[in-house]
Amino acid sequence: MLRGNLSFDVAHLLAGSLVLVSFMQLYQDRLYALLNVYALHALVLAASVGWQAFVQDAPHLYVTAVIALVFKAIIIPTALHRIIVRLGIHREIETVVGVGPTMLLGMGLVALSMVVMLRVTAEADPLAREDLAFALAVVLLGLLMMVTRRNAVSQVVGFMSLENGLVLAATGAKGMPLVVEISVAFSVLIAFIVIGIFLFRIRERFDTVDIQALDRFRGERQ
Amino acid sequence: MIDALAGVLVIPAIAAVLLAALPGYQMTARLNVLATFLTLITALSLYVVEPTSGPYLLVDDLNKVFIVLTTFVGFTTSVFSASYIGHEIEIGRLTPKFVRFYHAMYQVLMFAMNLALVANNIGLMWVAIETATLTTVLMVGIYRTHEALEAAWKYFILGSVGIALALFGTILVYMAARPVIGEGADAMIWSILITRAAQFDPALLNVAFIFLLLGYGTKVGLAPLHAWLPDAHAEGPTPISAVLSGLLLNVALYALLRFKMLLALNPAAIAPGPLMVIMGLISCVFAAFMLYRRRDIKRMFAYSSIEHMGIIVFAFGMGGALANFAGLLHMTMHSLTKSAIFFAVGHIAQVKGTQKIADMGGLTVTNPVLGWGLVLGVVAIAGLPPLGIFMSEFLVVSSTFAREPWLAIILVLGILVALGGLFLRLNAIAFGAPRGPTAKAQASYVPMFAHLALVFMAGIYLPAPLVKGFENVARLLG
Repeated sequence: MLRGNLSFDVAHLLAGSLVLVSFMQLYQDRLYALLNVYALHALVLAASVGWQAFVQDAPHLYVTAVIALVFKAIIIPTALHRIIVRLGIHREIETVVGVGPTMLLGMGLVALSMVVMLRVTAEADPLAREDLAFALAVVLLGLLMMVTRRNAVSQVVGFMSLENGLVLAATGAKGMPLVVEISVAFSVLIAFIVIGIFLFRIRERFDTVDIQALDRFRGERQ
Repeated sequence: MIDALAGVLVIPAIAAVLLAALPGYQMTARLNVLATFLTLITALSLYVVEPTSGPYLLVDDLNKVFIVLTTFVGFTTSVFSASYIGHEIEIGRLTPKFVRFYHAMYQVLMFAMNLALVANNIGLMWVAIETATLTTVLMVGIYRTHEALEAAWKYFILGSVGIALALFGTILVYMAARPVIGEGADAMIWSILITRAAQFDPALLNVAFIFLLLGYGTKVGLAPLHAWLPDAHAEGPTPISAVLSGLLLNVALYALLRFKMLLALNPAAIAPGPLMVIMGLISCVFAAFMLYRRRDIKRMFAYSSIEHMGIIVFAFGMGGALANFAGLLHMTMHSLTKSAIFFAVGHIAQVKGTQKIADMGGLTVTNPVLGWGLVLGVVAIAGLPPLGIFMSEFLVVSSTFAREPWLAIILVLGILVALGGLFLRLNAIAFGAPRGPTAKAQASYVPMFAHLALVFMAGIYLPAPLVKGFENVARLLG
């Protein structure tokens, strides 16, 4: 019984922290700091997945946790740090909407995901449903970040934190087959390679990674 | 012994590796054609000997239709692609290194689409659609121009968001199935899910379907989520536009239909039909009006694809034997016609050296075969009798009139507006005083006219076995 309560509380704490870190990403206005917060995001995810592996007694989830730790929390942020330094763009980020409204929107999205998920999963076991609600919140916050940023790198960070939310959902669904976890990790890997190529090419062609510069070349405006 | 089901996956996979390794354009283009041809033959054999479905791969009447259509258009497009890419190398728009990459990616795309169609595990299906998306992103950006990179980036971001939402929906389906079927892989196997769907938690299924509709709907190109589609079609190589419009949109639609079947079996869940009807109608009418202000020929036909996907989703949303039959027929006709149009457009753009409609004119005089081919294609896509699309649109509209007359009126409005837009532009491109370069095209006309001949035939006479096959699928879709 004690174990049951403890496992619930820790899982709850970790999933809640993930939402909190998502909020921290929203108001970072420097790329460098944003990448650090993303690393923290991935770290919390790794802890959360590791805890799920322990309480569900599902050893294959440790693999997912290690992937989150090594790949997402260490390799990607380091690589992106190097890229932005090389490109000389570790200056401020423009947000399309100000910090205040963004945070308010973010709170609205979290409330929305709580209302939706908690209501529809009334009969599911409490851990799974709260995990799912948090996961949806992280997904929506990632989306919000992608639409409020103009910089290609921060859009990518938004996308990656969105994927973290998906991993949280997948591990919270007890007994979900390994296929999916590997695929999620794998897709992040591919996504990263693609993005890497793209950033490189964009730099080559435009000397900027500001998406607004891309907009000028939109098909029909010439 | 490898059965036909594994065959449609193994052949493209081997071909992809070979094409990535082999240099030289002439031979690899032929190898590409050969591989897609073998895949087509293997797919056709599904109708002769039906392999048994396992936990990972599934074959039934529904996906057989999709597989044969995919492999057929994949084959004809590879024939077109051989002459198209030859010209691109001549004018130096593509280097041999990129061509090798292009051919390998073409086969990976074929593999991913076939995998999505035969996958029995909903997780595997998701992985396949994700792979197909990523390969097309790489191909859209292949010209490395400003526009191509921007289109690829936009496609990548919007496609990934759609794919991510679809994964969330997939996880929710698993959550709904788990209490009934039990933990583990069984709760993700579609053929098991469908037998127990009635007992799933309806509330979870509802939310799952919303996510799946938004996620896979982005890939289908439904109206509020379509922003990536015109750019991706306009900036990539034309064979890829043909495959995108003709096939990849269908594959995403197929995924949506599988989940619709699950929901339809659960009496307490929301009816998925009305949601699809609304999104379909919005797409159809919106895209029809957007046709009027297009200046880029490939963009224009991309919007036409959105319009037709809207009609197809509308038909499947209405449901019932007749509307499903009409939707299926319309999907087949649209794939054939639209890829034929892109075959023509590809060569036209190469002759004129531009995709701008303002710089084209009098094609029927300067390049009669291409010009009249395009005219025929547009007549078909606009839904004029006696071609196949007229037949399928007529079925969609008449079956709707019998049930919901108001919806039919909106639909007809969309179709007519689109017809006006298409003919306005066609007039400028095909007739009048010749504009732009008038060089002879070095084109292979066979794929284009083969498709148009099939569409023409379908408009006059549908063979009985085909009708019977489609009726079976329509019944399966409920």
